[in-house]
Amino acid sequence: MDLKDKLISSFMAFENNVDVEHPVHDVRMAAIKNFEEKGFPSKKEEAWKYTSLNNLQKIDFSIFPKEDNALEYKDVKRYFLHEIDSYKIVFVDGIYSSYLSETTHDGVDICLMSSALTKPMYKQVIDVYFNKIASKDESLTSLNTAFSREGAYIYIPKNKMPKKPIEILHFSTGNEASLLLQPRNLIVVEENAEVQIIERHQSLTSNEVLTNAVTEIFAAKSAIVDFYKIQNDAATASLIDNTYIDQKDKSVVRLHTFSFGGKLTRNNLNFYQNGEYIDSTMKGVTILGEKQHVDHHTLVHHIEPNCESHQDYKGIYGDSSTGVFNGKIIVDKIAQKTNAFQQNNNILISDKASINTKPQLEIFADDVKCSHGCTIGQLDEDAMFYLQSRGIPEKEARALLMYAFANNVLTSVRIPELKTRINKLIAKKLGVNLGFDL
Amino acid sequence: MLKIKDLHASVEDKEILKGINLEVKAGEVHAIMGPNGSGKSTLASVIAGKEEFEVTQGSVELNGEDLDEVSPEERAHKGVFLSFQYPVEIPGVSVTNFMKTAINESRKAKGLEDMPAKDMLKLIREKSELLEIDRKFLSRSLNEGFSGGEKKRNEIFQMAMLEPKIAILDETDSGLDIDALRIVASGVNKLKSKDNAVILITHYQRLLEYIVPDFVHVLHNGKIVKSGGKELALELEEKGYDWLKQETAV
Repeated sequence: MDLKDKLISSFMAFENNVDVEHPVHDVRMAAIKNFEEKGFPSKKEEAWKYTSLNNLQKIDFSIFPKEDNALEYKDVKRYFLHEIDSYKIVFVDGIYSSYLSETTHDGVDICLMSSALTKPMYKQVIDVYFNKIASKDESLTSLNTAFSREGAYIYIPKNKMPKKPIEILHFSTGNEASLLLQPRNLIVVEENAEVQIIERHQSLTSNEVLTNAVTEIFAAKSAIVDFYKIQNDAATASLIDNTYIDQKDKSVVRLHTFSFGGKLTRNNLNFYQNGEYIDSTMKGVTILGEKQHVDHHTLVHHIEPNCESHQDYKGIYGDSSTGVFNGKIIVDKIAQKTNAFQQNNNILISDKASINTKPQLEIFADDVKCSHGCTIGQLDEDAMFYLQSRGIPEKEARALLMYAFANNVLTSVRIPELKTRINKLIAKKLGVNLGFDL
Repeated sequence: MLKIKDLHASVEDKEILKGINLEVKAGEVHAIMGPNGSGKSTLASVIAGKEEFEVTQGSVELNGEDLDEVSPEERAHKGVFLSFQYPVEIPGVSVTNFMKTAINESRKAKGLEDMPAKDMLKLIREKSELLEIDRKFLSRSLNEGFSGGEKKRNEIFQMAMLEPKIAILDETDSGLDIDALRIVASGVNKLKSKDNAVILITHYQRLLEYIVPDFVHVLHNGKIVKSGGKELALELEEKGYDWLKQETAV
C-alpha cells in the first residue's frame, strides 16, 4: 500500500479516537477529502520542482506511535535553551510529555492543542481561529488538518506578555522503525500582546522520521511575535513545515529559520497582511553539507496599504547539498505605499552543491517600493587576503568569512542566549575554531 | 631587512611592476610616492603576498629569505604587515576577537601557546590607548560601519598589536582629517624602532610632515624613477608629477 492509501485508511482509525460531534470533525473531513483528491505534491508542480517527496513516500511510516515513550531530561537537556528559564511544551513521538513540559494558565494559556480541541473553555477561540488562515487547498496542509489532534496551543490575551519565552520541542525516540508526525500548533496573540517562541524538531536515533507540521499564528493589532525555528535534525529526519501568519494593524512578526541539518526540509512560510502599518520579517540562515536538502518557499501577501516586509536569507552549501529559495511577494492594487524587501545570498563551497533561487513578484499597486536581490558566489578574495595578511591561515580565514556572512542575519534575534547558541551552532557547522568565546 | 630585486609582476598578463629595486634596512622609513596607476598598491600587495599578482621576474627577500613561495599568512608570521587602503568589513567578528584570532594564529605558527586572556586584555588596552581608541570601538564588528578615519586608525591599531618587522602603510593618510592624521602618525612614530622598518605609500607630502622618511622614491609606470631624501617629497608637492613624466619619457 502506498503512503497516501495508508494515510486515508488510517484516517478511519483516527476518527474512532476523536470526538466526531465537535465542529472540528467537519474541518477534518473536508481536509482528508482534499488530500485524497490531490495526494502528495509531485515535481510536476512548479512549487515542488526542486523538491521530490517520492523517496519519502516509499517508506513504510507508522502513522500512530504504539506506546508512550519516556525520555530522561538529562538525555535531551542539550536540545533545550537551558541557559534561560522558559515555558516548555514537549512532545515525544507526537505524544505530550507532561514530565518534560512546563505549561501555564497564569494569565495566558500555554498548553496543548489536544485540550484546546476538546475542552469547552477553549471552544470560542478554536471556532474563531482554528484552520482559519491555513490553506484549505494545499494538500499537505490538508493532510495535517485531517489528523490534527496534538501540538502547542498558545493564547496570549490583550496587553499580556508571558514571563519567559516558550519552547516547543518535538522529539522522536526511534522506537518505531519509521514514524510520521503531524503536529498542529495554534498561536493567538491578541491586541498589544507579545510572545517569543522557539520551536525545534529533534530525532534521537537514525530511524526515519517525517514531520508534516502546520502552525497558525494570529497577530492582532499592535501584537509582537518573535518565532525562531531551529532545524538541526538527524540525517534521517525530514520536515515539511507549513506556517501561516495572519497579521492585523501595526503588528510585528519576526520569524527566523535556522536550517543546519536534516535530510529533507521544506519550509512553506506564508504571511498575510490583513491590516495597515504591519511589519513582517523573515530571516534565514541555511548551512548544509552531505546530501542535505532545504527548500524555503516564502509568501508575503500585501493586502492593505502602508505595510513593510523584510526578507533576508543566507545560505552556505557544501558537499552535495542542495538548496532552494523561492520568495513570492504579492502586492494588491489597494496596497499602496508598500515597502517590500527581499534578499537571498548564497555561497557554494563545493562543486557538487547547488542552489536554485527565484524571486517572484506580483505587484498590482503603483506606489510601492519593492527590491529583491539574489547572489550565488564564492568568498570574496580581497577579504580572504585581508585575513591572511593578518596571519590567519587560509582554512580559518575561509571559515571566519563564512561565519561573518551568516552571522549578519542574527542581529534581529532578541533572546541573547539564543543568539549565542545559534552563533555557536554556526561556528560548529562550519568547523570553525574561532579562537574566542562568543 | 627587505630586499626587492628587479621585481616584475603582472595581473592577468598585464605587467604592472616593471623592474623594481629597493632595499629597506632596519630602522629606516621609506616613502613611495607617485601618480595614480603607477603601481604603488600593487607593490604593497606583492610584498604582502596577494596571489592575484604573479611575480614574473626578480624577487622579494625578507632577511635573506626569498618570499616567492610563501603564503600571505606565513609572511605575516615572519613580520610583514600591510595596512590596507580599503580594509574589508567583517560583520559579526569584533575588533577584539579578530585580534585575538590573529595573534594566537601567529603564536601557533611559532609553536607558542595561546596568549593568556589577561595578557591579551592588557595588550589590547595598552595599544588602543596609543591610538586613542575608545573601548566601545573594540567590541564593534570589524570595520563594519566604520568611517574612513576609523578604519585607518584600526589598521594602525592592528599593526601595534602584531608588532611587525616591516610595515607597509598603503595610503593610510587618505580619508583622514588632520586630527586623525596626527593620532595615526604619532602611533606609527611610537612603534618605530631600530629593529623595524616602515614603507609609506602616499600621494601627498602631508603625511611625511608627521612621519619623516629617510628616503623618498618616486614610482612611475612600474619603475622607481627617482630616489632621494625627504626634500624630494617637497619638490614633488611643488611641481606635481608632470615634470617626471616628461623626464622619463625622454
